[in-house]
Amino acid sequence: MTVKALVGDNLSCRRGFKLLFEGLAVSAAAGRALVVVGPNGAGKSSLLRILAGLLAPTSGTVRLDDGSSGGGESVGEHLHYLGHEDAVKGALTVAANLAFWRTVLGGGGLQVEEALEEVGLGGLGRLRAQVLSAGQKRRLAIARLLVAKRPIWVLDEPTTALDVKAQARFAAFGRAHLADGGLLIAATHAPLDLGPTDELRLGGRP
Amino acid sequence: MIAAFLAIVRRDLALSLGSGGGAGLGVVFFLSVVTVVPFAVGPDLVLLARIGPAILWIGALLASLIGLERLFASDAEDGSLDALTLSALPLELTAAAKGLAHWLATGLPLVLAAPVLALMLNLEPAAIGAVVLTLLVGTPAVTFLGLIGAAFAGAFRRGGLLIAVLVIPLTIPVLIFAVSATQAAVVGPVPFGTPFRVLAGLALFALVLGPVAAAAALRAARA
Repeated sequence: MTVKALVGDNLSCRRGFKLLFEGLAVSAAAGRALVVVGPNGAGKSSLLRILAGLLAPTSGTVRLDDGSSGGGESVGEHLHYLGHEDAVKGALTVAANLAFWRTVLGGGGLQVEEALEEVGLGGLGRLRAQVLSAGQKRRLAIARLLVAKRPIWVLDEPTTALDVKAQARFAAFGRAHLADGGLLIAATHAPLDLGPTDELRLGGRP
Repeated sequence: MIAAFLAIVRRDLALSLGSGGGAGLGVVFFLSVVTVVPFAVGPDLVLLARIGPAILWIGALLASLIGLERLFASDAEDGSLDALTLSALPLELTAAAKGLAHWLATGLPLVLAAPVLALMLNLEPAAIGAVVLTLLVGTPAVTFLGLIGAAFAGAFRRGGLLIAVLVIPLTIPVLIFAVSATQAAVVGPVPFGTPFRVLAGLALFALVLGPVAAAAALRAARA
């Protein structure tokens, strides 16, 4: 199915006693990156988790716009969520980690070897993932986006721990995904060259 | 979907059987409990044979709970649980796959070790056969009921004691019917089949209830 937009209506989020945001309207359209910016603790991660369906909003709804009038599709199966943690098991090999996610998330993208090559981990497939550096683990997590083809990418500070070259490479993956008609929502502090970009600013209130 | 289910089973098996996985811990605990009982009870062979099935079951029950608190917690901590949630596989089946892998790694070895340990408790062949059969049917029930506690521990980041407090009460019926089936096989008067069928029913019930309740707990933690 082709997803035209991921829309959040009237979203509010309360964590404990703190109201992070309220009445927020979010819309990410296919082909345009949506970058969420704001100071630490402004609710960027919470917003992304809400959009990915991993956290229930205090109020409001998240829906997919696929052009039909039906709607009601579950969001989860159509998106990749890349959080702060890399979802990498140190005891397994690099290739086994990626092959696992390829099967579980539905595949349809690159082969494991190709994806490792793309993110710059070519030839490291047989190593245990625990020997990887933080940046290499991040690359392995990013490879997950490439092995399973899904139209929506929700990325929470995706370039943490990546070196400059890997950041540029990552931005290229993002641009290719958008050019392919995908959606991309990212929270980030570092400027990413993702092509046409909308910006959503959270926080600013004292 | 079947491929995803099998992939989770295979990964969890590889993780728990690999180094630092802790699959052997349950068997070692089982072995220790059963070994110390004859020393504590004394050299009364008749008494040992009479309480043997109960000792084996208590040991297996407690050994089955070992490692459960990490079952979902480790996936929750490293972000795997978020990605697993986004699979096309329903969360219930994800929980069932993890339960199956956990049983294969920790429950099945208990069943295989039981005949050897039963010799130390002076059990006769009929009783050994009955204990092994009840363990084979009953330990999956214990593991799958344990999924409920495991999901709570993973979802709310509270481990340890919570599992025992939550899960042991749920497993009491399994324990009662498993031990009474063994007693029935040895001394009667009811035939072995009567309590054993109830045990099998309880096991089937647990196989369904455990994953559904575990998935509900994991979902509730997202609110």
